[in-house]
Amino acid sequence: MEHDLAALRSDLLKFARLQLRDEALAEDAVQETLAAALSGLSRFKERAQMKTWVIAILKNKIVDILRDRARNPQAFAAVEEIPEDAYDDLFDERGHWREEASPTAWGNPEASLKNRQFWEVLEICLTRLPEKTARVFLMREVLGLETEEICKELALSSTNCMVVLHRARMGLRLCLDDRWFHGETRNA
Amino acid sequence: MLDCKKATALMSRGLDGKLTLWQKAGLRLHLMACDGCTHFNRQVRFLRTALRRLPEQEQNHSSGENQP
Repeated sequence: MEHDLAALRSDLLKFARLQLRDEALAEDAVQETLAAALSGLSRFKERAQMKTWVIAILKNKIVDILRDRARNPQAFAAVEEIPEDAYDDLFDERGHWREEASPTAWGNPEASLKNRQFWEVLEICLTRLPEKTARVFLMREVLGLETEEICKELALSSTNCMVVLHRARMGLRLCLDDRWFHGETRNA
Repeated sequence: MLDCKKATALMSRGLDGKLTLWQKAGLRLHLMACDGCTHFNRQVRFLRTALRRLPEQEQNHSSGENQP
């Protein structure tokens, strides 16, 4: 089991980096997580169970770190990161999808979840989102925090918060559309 | 009548909070008539499913980092 824990380390680190975008903080979070995990390891017989538990510890650590950071008053200007008009080109003057931009089917996207390459592309796309935007978005979608809670922590109005989340979704959707679902990697 | 730009914002909003009955009804009407937005709706929901599973992913790349 201790060996399994060690093997988890690089996955944990990757996740923490994506979330925190700060190497040192990510290392610390993972280190603390592993230390905490070691002490409770004997409770687990199944590797999968252990993993879920360790990830839960890491998620909590990350939430704590993000909360601390949010108290820093200059920490959040996420609203301006993706400009308001960033996705205007997708729509015509009446607000309808332009023909070439109108979303087309992704087929059976669930099948991609089993594909290791898909996760790599997803990670690349997440990394391409602006830093603060990504953090808000990941708090919502990966850590599963309630929108209200995120806005409060980050001292954003709920309208601003939703705007940030929406722009992040637009960006991520486009990136995956481009690089995976209608891109070339898929057939590679 | 909703346009697609507003409809996409509403779909997002529905994932992050509650829509009013009017908003829901308007969105439903729009989706019935709009393929692009119907795809968009499925896709942003799929993003949620995928991202919720992100931490569980094992990414043991052959070139991955080894234990120090």
